[in-house]
Amino acid sequence: MSERWRTIVTTVENKPGVLARVASLFSRRGYNIHSLAVAPASDERFSRITFTVDVEGTPLDQVVKQLNKLINVVEIHELDPDQSVERELMLVTVRSDGRRRELMEIVEEFQAFVLNEGEECVMLSWSARPVRLDELEQRLRPFGIVELQRTGRVALPSLDR
Amino acid sequence: MSSNPTNGGEALVRSLEMQGVDVMFGLPGGAILPVYDSIIESSIRHVLVRHEQGAGHMAEGYAHATGRPGVAMVTSGPAATNIVTPLCDAYLDSVPMVCITGQVPLAAIGTDAFQECDTTGITMAVTKHNFLVTDAQDIPRIIHEAFHIATTGRPGPVLVDIPKDIVDPANPRSKMSWYEPTDADMELPGYAPLTAGDPALIGEAAKLIASAERPVLYVGGGVLKARAAEALLELAELLQIPVVTTLMARGAFPDRHELCLGMPGMHGNYTAVTAMQQADLLVSLGARFDDRVTGKLDGFAPDAKIIHVDIDPAELGKVRQYNVGIQGDCRLVIEELITATRALGADAQAERTQWRSMVSGWQEKFPLVYQDSAPGDRLKPQFVIEQLRDNNPADTILASGVGQHQMYASQYWKFDHPYTWINSGGLGTMGFSIPAAIGAKAGMPDRRVWAVDGDGCFQMTAQELVTATVENIPIKVALLNNSYLGMVRQWQEMFYDERFSEVHLSDTCPDYVKWAEAMGCEAIRVESPEEVAPAIAKANEINDRSVVIEFRTDARENVFPMVPSGKTNSEILVDPSQQGLLS
Ligand SMILES: Cc1ncc(C[n+]2csc(CCOP(=O)(O)OP(=O)(O)O)c2C)c(N)n1
Ligand SMILES: [Mg+2]
Repeated sequence: MSERWRTIVTTVENKPGVLARVASLFSRRGYNIHSLAVAPASDERFSRITFTVDVEGTPLDQVVKQLNKLINVVEIHELDPDQSVERELMLVTVRSDGRRRELMEIVEEFQAFVLNEGEECVMLSWSARPVRLDELEQRLRPFGIVELQRTGRVALPSLDR
Repeated sequence: MSSNPTNGGEALVRSLEMQGVDVMFGLPGGAILPVYDSIIESSIRHVLVRHEQGAGHMAEGYAHATGRPGVAMVTSGPAATNIVTPLCDAYLDSVPMVCITGQVPLAAIGTDAFQECDTTGITMAVTKHNFLVTDAQDIPRIIHEAFHIATTGRPGPVLVDIPKDIVDPANPRSKMSWYEPTDADMELPGYAPLTAGDPALIGEAAKLIASAERPVLYVGGGVLKARAAEALLELAELLQIPVVTTLMARGAFPDRHELCLGMPGMHGNYTAVTAMQQADLLVSLGARFDDRVTGKLDGFAPDAKIIHVDIDPAELGKVRQYNVGIQGDCRLVIEELITATRALGADAQAERTQWRSMVSGWQEKFPLVYQDSAPGDRLKPQFVIEQLRDNNPADTILASGVGQHQMYASQYWKFDHPYTWINSGGLGTMGFSIPAAIGAKAGMPDRRVWAVDGDGCFQMTAQELVTATVENIPIKVALLNNSYLGMVRQWQEMFYDERFSEVHLSDTCPDYVKWAEAMGCEAIRVESPEEVAPAIAKANEINDRSVVIEFRTDARENVFPMVPSGKTNSEILVDPSQQGLLS
């Protein structure tokens, strides 16, 4: 994983406006969010916000401390890329006209899923480490990407052995 | 109010009473009407302002002077937007304040209803926290939380936005059953400010101080917020280390003390600026390395190691990397530092005679100076401040506006007591002084309160003198009228080749004496030096109404010393008469 992006996982109170507070803080202090994923945590009173920030020009320590000052932020961790598992989901519609077999070889190689097939296009889904998604995206590009949506990464700390 | 509240409006007022609120500042309107009905029966004194900005600054002035949270209450929409400036002001200066705003009924939120505005959205970035209450039953708890957040950790403004239906007894949504909220009821899982410093770090800091040959105690507003002035005096005397007090900390250490170097920064005195610049250690106590103090950052105190103490961990290392960073309440940390220093023994302290003589050498060579006015010329503003200082007791509370007059006041007054200086440091809000002085006087009715104001500032908030008259909160105003937006004029003279653009107000309009009289004040115009002291004496004899003295001051006067914006503190400009002494 490139050093430029760091993953921060926060537990916040699951209340209206909390995401706006986080977003407002980032814009006010000039921090750059690369990706953001939000969903309720297992305990419904809380939500998890996972985001990656650009650490070039944004001191990570300040991001963490300023976020921590938000009253609704309950917990905050920076995840060490070497000691965490990261995943991201991608949905992508690719042109397949005339090169279907070639495309299916790539699908197989990456073990992606075909979700939907049209006359000229195929819709794929794949979940993997973000860098691997980048690789698949690169390989699909020559076919012609019609639409692509990534979720932003989510992460959990690796388990002790 | 005697019987227990049964609706949200009564519950709100009762909740404020339970927080010990004795005075609040506000102005009613549609969305907040039901609450205003409930305060008729309340023990809380409500001060009716003339503009909501005034309510906010009064709450701030009250908080600065008393140490208790200031409370303001206004209606929705334009009233809420009118109070955004004081909220931002309180946020930047860490002033504890609770602001109640009315809101349109819950069902109308989001429909662009009459006088609806997204108050919590607008104020998110200028409050420590804000709440939108959606259930009358939550009111006692949320008010308790609001005061808790405003006054603990790093203090700051908290806003509580309350839709009309949940405080309106005519609406079933306002029904609630009363309870007395306690800390245990608070639902703040993400808020637990630390106050005690890490003992290991305090030990390290004590050693670092002991080994320093050229240390300076760099004292910021956090020392006042932590009520740590006494502890600071003890620490400074124990260590015999010179002290600078920032614009927010004037009075935290007595100006008349031999260790006090006064104010550092852009308009700080030469010795305070230079001592920091030459130091080998800065012990920052509740200060935040503001750009007005550091000048150009990469040339700031180049040889200094840094001990940084602050209750807000995000301040540690935000601007300048530290050698020892201690998160904690300034009073507790200073007390522990005293203990740790004593444990090291007097012999542990490095030799500092040379440092002290360097510092006193600068003090002798570069005192604050100005030239007396020539006969027939307008008054020198510095002279006016000196006369005010010498003709008022040391515990007089001084509230200032923003501009040259603010800098003269901070430079030339002698602050010997904490909580006697009230100003807008972080936001630099013109118009702050008159409402802030009224708020201070409302909280400290037995103290003499002077506002030092500029003519530009006066024209922004003078209408609150009507409030002072009608509510019988008499203050005194020293209006330094130079007919200019003086501070901006100074920058244009010095940095824009004297190309003056939109800084001249008017030499004749308004007539401040008539205006002040129309607002119920005693008014005096002073034009010559001999009239200054008698006018102040006369003002001090009048205690049944406010007094405005208009001092006609010299527009050509500039504030020195000055570190020009973008320059390092080593490039300080002293008074032109001293400039030749700089080597
Ligand atoms: C609300 C606001 N608007 C503009 C400014 C910019 N500003 C800073 S000082 C100043 C001039 C203040 O004039 P006056 O009150 O007459 O004080 P003086 O400098 O003349 O003593 C101005 C316009 C400000 N600080 N606040
Ligand atoms: Mg002026």
